[in-house]
Amino acid sequence: MSVKVPEIHIAQVQLPVEQAVLPETPTEPAPISAVRKFLLERGNSAVADRSFAWLMLGCALSIFAIVVLIAAELVLRSQLAWHKFGLAFFYKAFVDPSTNLAQYWDPVNEHFSALPFIYGTLLSSLLALLLAVPLAVGVAVFLTEMCPKVLRGPLAFLTELLAAIPSVIYGLWAVFVLVPLLREYVNPFLITTLGWTGFFGDDNPTGLGFVAAGIILAIMILPIISSLTREVMLAVPHSQREAVLALGATRWEMIRMGVLRNARIGIVGAIILGLGRALGETMAVTMVIGNSPEIHRSLLSNGSSMASVIANEFAEASSDMHLSALMELGLALFIVTIIVNAIARLLVWVVTRGTPAQVN
Amino acid sequence: MSRVQNTLRNQWRSLADLAATSIAVLSTILVIAPLVAIFIYLIYKGASSLNLAFFTQVPKPVGEEGGGMANAIYGSAILLGMASLIGVPIGIGGGIFLSEFGRGTKLANAIRFTADVLNGVPSIVMGIAAYSLVVVPMHHFSAFAGGVALGIMMIPTVCRTTEEMLLMVPHVVREAALGLGVPNWRSVLSITVKTASPGIITGCMLAFARVAGETAPLIFTAFGNAFWSTNLNREIAALPLQIYVYAISPYDDWHRLAWAGALVLIVLIVLAVSLVRFVTSRGVLKGAN
Repeated sequence: MSVKVPEIHIAQVQLPVEQAVLPETPTEPAPISAVRKFLLERGNSAVADRSFAWLMLGCALSIFAIVVLIAAELVLRSQLAWHKFGLAFFYKAFVDPSTNLAQYWDPVNEHFSALPFIYGTLLSSLLALLLAVPLAVGVAVFLTEMCPKVLRGPLAFLTELLAAIPSVIYGLWAVFVLVPLLREYVNPFLITTLGWTGFFGDDNPTGLGFVAAGIILAIMILPIISSLTREVMLAVPHSQREAVLALGATRWEMIRMGVLRNARIGIVGAIILGLGRALGETMAVTMVIGNSPEIHRSLLSNGSSMASVIANEFAEASSDMHLSALMELGLALFIVTIIVNAIARLLVWVVTRGTPAQVN
Repeated sequence: MSRVQNTLRNQWRSLADLAATSIAVLSTILVIAPLVAIFIYLIYKGASSLNLAFFTQVPKPVGEEGGGMANAIYGSAILLGMASLIGVPIGIGGGIFLSEFGRGTKLANAIRFTADVLNGVPSIVMGIAAYSLVVVPMHHFSAFAGGVALGIMMIPTVCRTTEEMLLMVPHVVREAALGLGVPNWRSVLSITVKTASPGIITGCMLAFARVAGETAPLIFTAFGNAFWSTNLNREIAALPLQIYVYAISPYDDWHRLAWAGALVLIVLIVLAVSLVRFVTSRGVLKGAN
């Protein structure tokens, strides 16, 4: 690594050398001008500059250190579960000999399997993406291409505000407004109309479950996807739009051919980034998913996600093995979100790299 | 025949245009709707249960009416103060390195990328990390552990916004300072950073607003406390944590307090975000260009 120091320093570094030369004329010291005297008295800033640069480098490197530290701690503390269950932790269930039913998560007998949590995390995130992506792209299209200028600022601000609301407040709202709404109206409707598919069973009258988690997650990841999509669409050069319009396209054709097609890689990146957020989202999901470590086909049944089981059980883990299993879940979550985020960042970067940084 | 086809086709095209426009408008309305719903419900429920006792009293035991969240508000202030002490200097330092010293180098690109990725790591994982770094060696939950967890979460956000703001400071300003013989570190701190300071403060506020509502990393670091506690070495209450505990409790009176707490929290966050919006839209930064 090389620290770039502006060239002006070289002149300053050389100052003490002249000072050392001075005693060679013993009889009559050369008269020192006021400016030279000031400079000599102030001394040399090379040491201060160097240490400042190193200090800043240290701050920047601490970001690496944090990632490494987190990874090391998680790996170290999940060793117990890793040695006992190995890779089977992520795909195998235990069969209870007395009832012959699959058992996934049994802290009392220290049987742990991540299967129901992986299922819950994936299912709720996919539901959220299914709901959020069309809406988010619609919002981005409206804000960048159709919206009157007067509305653009306030609407963008509102969607930003949606991103600033803490997860726990979404959860609070979901528990007291969304879940009763689902329980009273939406779920009975889904059961009567789509019950025959088997995805909407009527065995859970609470209103909690995957659908509730998916909806609240969708609301939470919407602003991230739409603001990034907007950024990517703004990065498409205006000449593209003008060219398509000049060929006689309607506005929608212009958006489809001129903008969306050029921005599609970045939009995929934005969606993956939203997925990363959905995978790790904790509080709101914990409050509405129902928290039972089981796998059901029905979307209306209770479930549990990786993050929610950590939030629920970590502080009261019953044994070292239990804690270690939870740590391993955390490690899996860490690795998956890092990979997902890295892919997403790369995709967004590919599209927007030519344009200057936007601050708004 | 081809004329008929053409008019048909054109009608179809304009119809598709209309459909696309209305879908876009509809989806915008659908997105704004939950926001408005959440806000109206929050203000309605929160304002009706907010009173002076909320700010001055500690929680009452189960079954007793009344009580407040004074300890949680105080605890949140302590935790956020600690988080800012950790996150802001390191974040700003990292941002200065990225923009002033490492611009264009491979190392800087790697750090920028890592910061972005770290930004996306779930908060619950940060909580586990703080748990194993601080709580396990100390053998008990503490306010300090909570502060560390939140502080770590602030670093990448502060770092990236600082960098972006510093990049907007024109080169001429730096050259002028260096031309006057100012040492580089002074030039960076009192000229470049100072020019970009409104933007940097904005970034810090954004990071602050983000961690102010974080609950997941506090569950097993700060842990929560039903009593007044000022000891950094002990469990401490926090507003979001208290809202969570009260929301999933079966008591109506606690639900009421949860709504009041949520209102206080959201007002704080919205104030911070609007302030940020105000500062950036007034073009303090554009003036520097």
